[in-house]
Amino acid sequence: MGYSIVYLSLVVLIPLAGLLIRVTAMSWADFVRVAFSDRALAAYRLTFGASFLAATINAVLGTLLAWVLTRYRFPGRKILDALVDFPFALPTAVAGLTLANLFSQTGWLGQFLVPLGLHLAYTTGGIVLALTFVSLPFVVRTLQPVLEEFEVELEEAAATLGAGRWCTFRRVVFPALLPALMTGFALAFARAVGEYGSVLFISSNKPYVSEITPQVIMGWLDQFEYANAMAVAVVMLSASFAILITINLLERWASRFQR
Amino acid sequence: MSIELRHVSKRFGSVSAVEDVSLTVDDGELVALLGPSGGGKTTVLRMIAGLEVPTSGDLLVRGERVNDVPVQKRNIGFVFQSYALFKTMSVFDNVAFGLKIRNTPPAEMQARVDELLKLFGLDGLGRRLPHQLSGGQRQRVAIARALAPRPSVLLLDEPFGAVDAKIRQELREWLVRLHRELHVTTIFVTHDQEEAMEVSNRIVIFSRGRLEQIGSPRDVYEQPKNEFVARFIGVLNVLELTVRGGAARLNELSFPSHGVAEGETLRIGFRPYAVQISSNLQEHPHSAVIRHVYFLGVQLRLELETPSGLILRTRIVKDDFLRQGLEQGSSVSFQIREYRVLSTGANNLSPEVATVHSAANFAEGI
Amino acid sequence: MAHGIPKGPQVAMNSKSRRGIEEPEFIRKVLIGIAVGFVGVFLLLPLANVFAQAFAKGWSAYIQSLQQPDTRSAVLLTLLVSAICVPLNLVFGVIAAWAVAKFQFRGKALLITLIDLPFSVSPVVSGLIFVVMFGAQGYLGPWLDSKDIQIIFAVPGIVLATLFVTFPFVARELIPLMEAQGSDAEQAALTLGATGWQTFRYVTLPSVKWGLLYGVILCNARAMGEFGAVSVVSGHISGVTETLPLRIEKLHQEYQSVGAFSAASLLALVALITLGLKTWLERRQAAEQALGQSDSLSSHEH
Repeated sequence: MGYSIVYLSLVVLIPLAGLLIRVTAMSWADFVRVAFSDRALAAYRLTFGASFLAATINAVLGTLLAWVLTRYRFPGRKILDALVDFPFALPTAVAGLTLANLFSQTGWLGQFLVPLGLHLAYTTGGIVLALTFVSLPFVVRTLQPVLEEFEVELEEAAATLGAGRWCTFRRVVFPALLPALMTGFALAFARAVGEYGSVLFISSNKPYVSEITPQVIMGWLDQFEYANAMAVAVVMLSASFAILITINLLERWASRFQR
Repeated sequence: MSIELRHVSKRFGSVSAVEDVSLTVDDGELVALLGPSGGGKTTVLRMIAGLEVPTSGDLLVRGERVNDVPVQKRNIGFVFQSYALFKTMSVFDNVAFGLKIRNTPPAEMQARVDELLKLFGLDGLGRRLPHQLSGGQRQRVAIARALAPRPSVLLLDEPFGAVDAKIRQELREWLVRLHRELHVTTIFVTHDQEEAMEVSNRIVIFSRGRLEQIGSPRDVYEQPKNEFVARFIGVLNVLELTVRGGAARLNELSFPSHGVAEGETLRIGFRPYAVQISSNLQEHPHSAVIRHVYFLGVQLRLELETPSGLILRTRIVKDDFLRQGLEQGSSVSFQIREYRVLSTGANNLSPEVATVHSAANFAEGI
Repeated sequence: MAHGIPKGPQVAMNSKSRRGIEEPEFIRKVLIGIAVGFVGVFLLLPLANVFAQAFAKGWSAYIQSLQQPDTRSAVLLTLLVSAICVPLNLVFGVIAAWAVAKFQFRGKALLITLIDLPFSVSPVVSGLIFVVMFGAQGYLGPWLDSKDIQIIFAVPGIVLATLFVTFPFVARELIPLMEAQGSDAEQAALTLGATGWQTFRYVTLPSVKWGLLYGVILCNARAMGEFGAVSVVSGHISGVTETLPLRIEKLHQEYQSVGAFSAASLLALVALITLGLKTWLERRQAAEQALGQSDSLSSHEH
């Protein structure tokens, strides 16, 4: 996974991006003007910020879900396990549609949350919500096999040395999970950054406020400004791969103990 | 610290792993729990550690019942078969783990870890990660880690199972020395009878969840309580005799009937050293041919075949063998100097146990 | 294991009384509660909401909204796109996985990377690439125009974009399976006189069939549900280039809640069937593996 990301960005994507730029014969000045316009910058901030938040939420809840699914036996566990894949199977348009409805003022959840001041539909909070939904399976599915194969003896060893459960988890289990957790985080993050369908439904889609990068691209496309659309796309690609490579390096650093 | 098990049983679902085991380990002892895999010895060790809870019976430490004391509070040191070293921590941090948990002051912790690393020949390796160590070093880190918080008892599960033969021998001797120096009560599990004999003061033999015999290595070798123990400890020739005409017979061999009724069977067993041979065909009452010679170094193990096809194992010093001009195929005379009656009539162990484990022991020998 | 008594650690997993090495009952219940609550609120509730909203105005309103001509043609187009894309990607995926798993060749790493590419790129950007290539102002635009072929803002563009986005599913699922399988059995078949095709048909394929099916249903789910890439190339012409997900967007913008949710309910149903099939496949696979293992065990003992 790590290798393929680095390879992908070096061998395929950067040349691809270069090609796209050349094809559209855009001057550097024009590129900078479009790609780093205030509107685009606002969209980058929102896209990467919301994606980071969504991936972080998933890292926490995904770890909890993976733990519960692998460690405990309880009625309904298999159904729970199957449901984790639901965001993979459900078209994102449907996810966005139903989430927006659910959290709107008249929705099942919104009717309780909105009076509390929690506006999740048609806000940036809704974007985080939708991105969390579509990237939910990644952390769970990368952690599950690692937890399943985790040596019970390591936890027992910690216990015989006097460590309680929380201490054992923090000092023994978590460091061993960290590389897989980072992989899951990176996958979730990458998925969230590229997401379009669900956000379209739940966001208010206001430029500068609640517009994500793919929407900026779509905006240029609607005006048949292909070059401008591509300029933004190139920035988005480069930035997401830069982040993926960073996470990949971190992941490699974290897995230096395993052989 | 004395440890006592009183009528302890452990069931996993419908499977009974340990059945009604009672045993006492005294302060400072070095005890081996020996038996075939699945014999329940590891379960007993894990119950002492608190990693399993007995289904019934009591576990006492210094006379106090500790069944419900969680593993964290038992102050035991446990060495896992796989070592279970924390991969993400350095050797130092591994050894210091138990001390950190107990909030030991840093200076004291540093001193204790340094002391152990030195004692275990690991000085200078403190900053290494477990995967940068050899098998023997990992083993020692595991033991050092277990000993760091000064446990009242050290428990080792198949401690030498994962290292190769040569290092295993060194580690055995090292464990004996360590025990002599630290004098900490030590219980270890092994399936290797040679290891148990060599290392421990006392051996506890398990089979199928039951305790078969407790005793010193010499006791269990020379005075085995039953056929299982006799077969499991060392090589044993076993003959099944039928009483006919007042004597217990099998082919050309005959023995006293030992009070067994006419027509009934009895089983006897004897160690290879009890079979004496001579190249002089007149010297001993029975005759046989040397079918196979196994070189064991100073000693040789011989497989004899009698005219009726019985196979007996014996041992002979190499010099003696050469002096008599013996070789594979030579004819010899032999006698059985001593033997034990293993069972009479229905009073015997299930044949399954006997055959399964005798096969392994013939290969290893003593 | 002559006695059938498993060794300690394996058994320990099944035993209930592992005090000190398992979380206290209370903590366990809280964690399970959070997990169930989270999945319930975050996954199950949205699903239920789809159907609740679709039937908000009754069964007849539901049927009626599905019978809108534009919705019906969207359903047909979605079925058509998936009917084209799934078989094509099945074939491509099998060939690509076969090549990657069984042969060493130059550019193999590049091939693997290319297989993964659609997963790594935003669907909107994927669509954009096609527009740039085939669009009126694109690379091949003028040439296509002269031949009077329209790809972008037409059905072929939708098919192409969907093909691209759903390409990895079958191959990704098969590569690890085929790699794990090794090539011993295939070489054995070849020495027994089987042709390449026979070897593939009778040796390779049966051992990866569950993975293959799994890849196919995931591929289908994505093909029917793809939004971003299709949205870019479609042109949103109602009744002509509108797939079901795009139709949902249109209805949503027109504030036709029941209409949008009715259309969404069809896709949610596909998702449910996908999940059901996936679970069933995993169970079959696990059962088959267990059978295989017990076979090899018993042959070991005798």
